[in-house]
Amino acid sequence: MATAVVADTGERENYLNAGHGPKSWLLTVDHKRIALLYLISITFFFFVGGFFALLIRLELLTPAGDLVQSDTYNKLFTMHGQVMVFFFLVPAVPAVLGNFLIPLMIGAKDLAFPRINLLSWYLFIIGGLLMIFTILSGGVDTGWTFYTPLSTEFLKTNVVSAAIGIFFAGFSSILTGLNFIVTIHRMRAPGMTWNRLPLFVWAHYATSIIQVLGTPVVAIALVLVVLERLFHLGIFNPLLGGDPLLFQHLFWFYSHPAVYIMILPGMGIISEIVCCFSRKRIFGYKAMALAVLGIAVIGFLVWAHHMFVAGISVYAALIFSLLSYLVAVPSAIKVFNWTATIYKGSVTYQTPMLYAFGFVGLFTIGGLTGLFLASLGVDVHVHDTYFIIAHFHYIMVGGMVMAYLGGMHFWWPKISGRMYPEGWGKLAALIVFIGFNLTFFPQFILGYMGMPRRYHSYPPEFQILNVLSTAGATILAVGYLLPMVYFMWSMRYGKPAPPNPWNAAGLEWQTHSPPPTFNFDEEPVVTWEAYNYDEMGEIPEKPEKEEVPVAH
Amino acid sequence: MFGHLPLWPENASTNAGSVDALYIFLLLVSGIMTVLIFAVLTAFAVRFRKRRGQRAVQIEGSTHLEITWSIIPFCVMLVFFVWGAVIFFQERTPPQDATEVYTVAKQWMWKFEHKGGQREINELHVPVGRDVKMIMTSQDVIHSFFVPAFRLKQDVVPGRYTTLWFRATKAGTYHLFCSQYCGTQHSGMVGWVTVMEPRDYEAWMSGGAGNQPLAVTGEKLFTELGCVTCHRSDTQGRGPNLVGVFGKPVLLEDGRTVIADENYVRESILEPAAKIVRGFKPVMPTFQGQLSDEQLNALVEYVKSLAGPQSGRPANASGVAVATPQP
Repeated sequence: MATAVVADTGERENYLNAGHGPKSWLLTVDHKRIALLYLISITFFFFVGGFFALLIRLELLTPAGDLVQSDTYNKLFTMHGQVMVFFFLVPAVPAVLGNFLIPLMIGAKDLAFPRINLLSWYLFIIGGLLMIFTILSGGVDTGWTFYTPLSTEFLKTNVVSAAIGIFFAGFSSILTGLNFIVTIHRMRAPGMTWNRLPLFVWAHYATSIIQVLGTPVVAIALVLVVLERLFHLGIFNPLLGGDPLLFQHLFWFYSHPAVYIMILPGMGIISEIVCCFSRKRIFGYKAMALAVLGIAVIGFLVWAHHMFVAGISVYAALIFSLLSYLVAVPSAIKVFNWTATIYKGSVTYQTPMLYAFGFVGLFTIGGLTGLFLASLGVDVHVHDTYFIIAHFHYIMVGGMVMAYLGGMHFWWPKISGRMYPEGWGKLAALIVFIGFNLTFFPQFILGYMGMPRRYHSYPPEFQILNVLSTAGATILAVGYLLPMVYFMWSMRYGKPAPPNPWNAAGLEWQTHSPPPTFNFDEEPVVTWEAYNYDEMGEIPEKPEKEEVPVAH
Repeated sequence: MFGHLPLWPENASTNAGSVDALYIFLLLVSGIMTVLIFAVLTAFAVRFRKRRGQRAVQIEGSTHLEITWSIIPFCVMLVFFVWGAVIFFQERTPPQDATEVYTVAKQWMWKFEHKGGQREINELHVPVGRDVKMIMTSQDVIHSFFVPAFRLKQDVVPGRYTTLWFRATKAGTYHLFCSQYCGTQHSGMVGWVTVMEPRDYEAWMSGGAGNQPLAVTGEKLFTELGCVTCHRSDTQGRGPNLVGVFGKPVLLEDGRTVIADENYVRESILEPAAKIVRGFKPVMPTFQGQLSDEQLNALVEYVKSLAGPQSGRPANASGVAVATPQP
């Protein structure tokens, strides 16, 4: 088997060293390089959003609003939300890990539309630059939800640039989803049937459907906000015959499915990790694939559970409450199936598996608190309080970010060709878990006590729980900084990774670490089922030096 | 800061106990599920950790289990749904004879007006043990009226009325928060609900320099603005006679029938062309931009007071039995 060699260094040619210089990166059409472009961008935005969060938590140490002015505080929580949702959580797994891995996992050379993939990244960057412009030129304080008529008639901040920035990020998302759907349908290698697809691919397929169908609605909602602001058309302004609630319906019609865009890819990661580190096929493959599709579909039918006290009718509220319980069922199935996969497995506890355990536990808590919110009697009390904040952070941060970190650790050897330092990985995972719970568990209590969200100052009896939460946030920050540091360290000093350091199932592990530009030396022909751990050995104790991979 | 560790809000309304009961039930079920999953995960993680010579057993799945652990959780969730729905339905069905208080929210304060004309800002005095219904609108952006001790909130929306009712059970002073982000001073838009024993409440209501009942204010406006020229108390007017209209069905030109509630009256003043009563021409001018929300409230209250005793609404505008003040 021929493996190309880079002329001047003698090392094997891979996607990282094939071509140097800014043009080879900024004009690349290699899905793996685009994934890295995204990795740098979303990591940047993660730390911007995280910085805003730290300022928020610092302010909330004391009941008085004494660290920053009210308007500044309002900008902080607005931009924290916008940056984290649209510029980190929505793109993170699909645009980084999805981009990198989907062609590898299905045995393809690249995505169906490599140039559209690059266009997606440029749209993201344009949106990101508009967001940065918004931040640097005075900020925006609409809340990430942009409710009207506050955002259209009453604020003098950079609403328009923020809305347009998110509009561009939205189109980046739509194109990525489109690309994935076509790729998964049309580019699977011979023998890679639908039933042999890794659940990571199924999860991204479901996510892509939501991205393509849902994102245009928020795009139009934001366009209408901009038009209303500029031309006072009277769409949302009651003084001109408009309806403020119309905006909420349009916004939440996307933004509820958006939370599934954020979590489904993470669930796909967890399936891959749990199988590998239990050495087992997933329990209930069909149920797991159907569950992600079910979540995607039902997820479009529950949006008005964000509006139970907004002024919708009792009957509408009843229907959306019932449907919201329906969408909880496939999520619960996934938690049970992951647990069942560990049964009679052969479990080891490398860093990715620690993140997976963390995910299952924290997603369970976050998901269960969703049941509280779907119940009308309770939601009336806790809506717009810290209970909601705790609920969605348990799912987004305790769930999604931990899945993302787990995935980054799991596939880091494939992406970079290096092993990360395992001891530090475990330590960081533990710090993240502890910091996270200390930050967000007290917020459930604060919420039921009645502390509203988006409050710059609060009554003194809420202070002690806020102090606990801020303490947790500082610990969490340390936990997030550590991987940044050691991942970068590993690129120079980490152990070189073999093709399959985890002895994991999946086509991505059947090629070099890092892969060559066109992924496989020869097109794979798949003759085995997904998660064929019965045929694989154990996880190597120590990663062996890189060898020439042997075809199955 | 360490005086006492606050973990639970006060319970000061008739529905608060039901909400708490449902919440505790949810806590119990979720707590048990969480402990169960954590315990099983831990047990499996320990029991099935990698051991020399022991291979993993490949298990495809079990349709029976999938169905079981779909149906049972869904049935439990149905309990959450029904219980929550019942509470919600009760909370959204104000009793007929509730004492009504008009609320106008604006950036960044709460303005209350009782039927007897008493006005309050950021403070709301209500009697214990009596049904109170808030009729609320916003002058600008969406706000939300939230009293944690009552476990209730309702968004207050510009351009329409939303309502919220409660019956307080314990005298005391309770936090009022705005809970819908509304701009700069959102977290400063707070106040107090003061629940008073009936005697103290009567004293408070009748104190204060000659308040003009809201309906009387409305009646004066009705004349000043010329409403009375078309809405005569006979059948000769260009507009419908408004006596006895409030709370009853109204037949419209397009065949629809609507109930003449507060929102209908308000819309009729601000957007008269939206609904035309059968048999009348669309000649009423709009008063959009000419009236403050407080003036609109007064007009609505006046039209309500024309409904007469049949609708169960007391002719006395304050809606509260007046007791002689104690010496």
